[in-house]
Amino acid sequence: MIALLARDLRLAVRAGGGFGLGLSFFLIVIVLIPFGVGPETGLLGRIAPGVLWVAALLACLLSLDRMFALDFEDGSLDLLVTSPLPLEGIITVKAVAHWLTTGLPLVAAAPVFALLMNLPGHGYFALVLSLLIGTPALSVIGAFGAALTVGIKRGGLLLSLLVLPLYVPTLIFGAEVARRGAESQPYTSPLLLLAGISFAALALLPMASAAVLRVNLR
Amino acid sequence: MASIWEYANPLKFMRTTEAALPFIGWAAALCLGVGLVWGFFFTPDDFRQGSTVKIFYIHVPSAMMAINIWVMMLITSLIWIVRRHHVSALAARAAAPIGAVMTLIALFTGAVWGQPMWGTWWAWDPRLTSFLILFLFYLGYMALWAAIENDDTAADLTSILCLVGSVFALLSRYAVNFWNQGLHQGASLSLDKKENVADVFWYPALVSIAGFVLLFVALVIVRTNTEIRARRARALMARERLG
Amino acid sequence: MELQVDKLCVARGGLAVLRDVSFSVKPGQALVLRGPNGIGKTTLLRTLAGLQPALSGQVSLAFDDMAYAAHVDGIKTTLTVKENLLFWSHVFGTKTIDPAVEAFALADLLDKPAGLLSAGQKRRLGLARLMVTGRAVWILDEPTVSLDQTAVALFGRVIEGHLAGGGLAILATHIDLGLSNALSLELGAYRAVSSLQDDFDEAFL
Repeated sequence: MIALLARDLRLAVRAGGGFGLGLSFFLIVIVLIPFGVGPETGLLGRIAPGVLWVAALLACLLSLDRMFALDFEDGSLDLLVTSPLPLEGIITVKAVAHWLTTGLPLVAAAPVFALLMNLPGHGYFALVLSLLIGTPALSVIGAFGAALTVGIKRGGLLLSLLVLPLYVPTLIFGAEVARRGAESQPYTSPLLLLAGISFAALALLPMASAAVLRVNLR
Repeated sequence: MASIWEYANPLKFMRTTEAALPFIGWAAALCLGVGLVWGFFFTPDDFRQGSTVKIFYIHVPSAMMAINIWVMMLITSLIWIVRRHHVSALAARAAAPIGAVMTLIALFTGAVWGQPMWGTWWAWDPRLTSFLILFLFYLGYMALWAAIENDDTAADLTSILCLVGSVFALLSRYAVNFWNQGLHQGASLSLDKKENVADVFWYPALVSIAGFVLLFVALVIVRTNTEIRARRARALMARERLG
Repeated sequence: MELQVDKLCVARGGLAVLRDVSFSVKPGQALVLRGPNGIGKTTLLRTLAGLQPALSGQVSLAFDDMAYAAHVDGIKTTLTVKENLLFWSHVFGTKTIDPAVEAFALADLLDKPAGLLSAGQKRRLGLARLMVTGRAVWILDEPTVSLDQTAVALFGRVIEGHLAGGGLAILATHIDLGLSNALSLELGAYRAVSSLQDDFDEAFL
């Protein structure tokens, strides 16, 4: 398992796009928002939590289609499935690798981008916390979508169509935490719900993803 | 021994349903006609909402169907996963576009009704938002069916998507409630709380709901049988190729 | 460790292609599958490897004893040869990659990124993975594609070595590898003739 994680991380670094792409996309979205809604700082600060969450979500989506497709094309997915590793474990590791290369950098960069969006000073902690707890769910749910579309040529668009509705609860609770943080309201209950989604997704979805992947390899 | 699983055989299913289809079809037309005419022309106007309230006879049944069709797809998907009956998977596939259309009708009539009542075509109210999300789930489900060539693979994948999607749809429903308390009135029709709506409105609504259910059953039968025939044609061609 | 396959039925795309395939392979033996294109060699091998379910029938050994090698090698082009092999040895929990490197003459290439290898060299790397798995039954689907004469001979010797160590091999190949203890199985005899079978596409016929 650790070998697989190490390999996936190494591949992401060597391929170059791994860390950079998601982050650059995040940056571009954040830069585009003020062009769309105007430069008024009060307004930007007010919409900042939601915009940052939506941008992070889209950035996560960007690299999902490569999660299994690359291994599927060069045959290593077949070989991994016939290896002693349980398929559920392989999928979890893949999702973790995706989170480490996409989700975690977003969490780390979020304060900088929040600065661009004039997020009120007391909102930073809640924003980073909500992203830290919520983005793993995005990777795990994304792994399910990637497993569904692995056999489909140019499945990227379909993947988005399938995964985005599944992202709704995570987005709602995550953005709610960030918004309440920015407005200095207590945010314990949405935070607990967000954590609940993350843990439940991490515990249950790999099983569905494994079932789907087995069907796709048949 | 007669068992319900006998109808899992495609031929038996087709034979039985096609015999029943004319009756169901005419019953649907009758119920819809009676329910809607009765509802539109022979019920008093609401004292606050005037005659706009009458869109209720389309809005409520279609909204109920939008949800119930998804539940039906969930059940047939489970049957496919557990018992591997092709008819079940094909029925789920056949039902999806109908469910999507029902969702659209519910959204559209809701907008038409909401405009005079709330002064807006659309509000990000929990119920409205949930229906929009449900519509997206229908779209994703249909797109996945369309994207995969092998029928059994598609049936397996869409079944699991339907299962996972149901959980997330439910989750979204509660998340959306959490996110915004809305304008929409509570459920105005349910069997045990029918005092919500006076009897004069209630009976035509029941007939119209029965009409929508029958219409759905008729459409699903036609569409499932079409799917069975298409599948059969493909199986024949595959066998031809194999020689 | 004898591999016995009893009345195995395999399907491709929802239609049975081979029916009632039965054979047994003893340790030290290789079985070469023969038959025209499209007969179902790849389907049979994938079923044996546990990648797709059989319609019916029994296989005496568990999937954990099988090592599978297909047309594509599962090589990561951005990793070096050594990293590729080490990864699989970690996954399969085997200690060393040295015998595999030696057997396939990969020592000079170890630190080269796999993307720079020629097709034949990649193929050798892909086959070297089999030795790293430490599994007894090798399932090989057209293993000699893009190998030159020398490499084919090399590969033949590797298989001989594997068999001599008590291993088994099942291959689909058109090239004679010069194996001394090889059985051959003509798959044409098992071609499935469509008949009514309840749980598959035949239900629609």
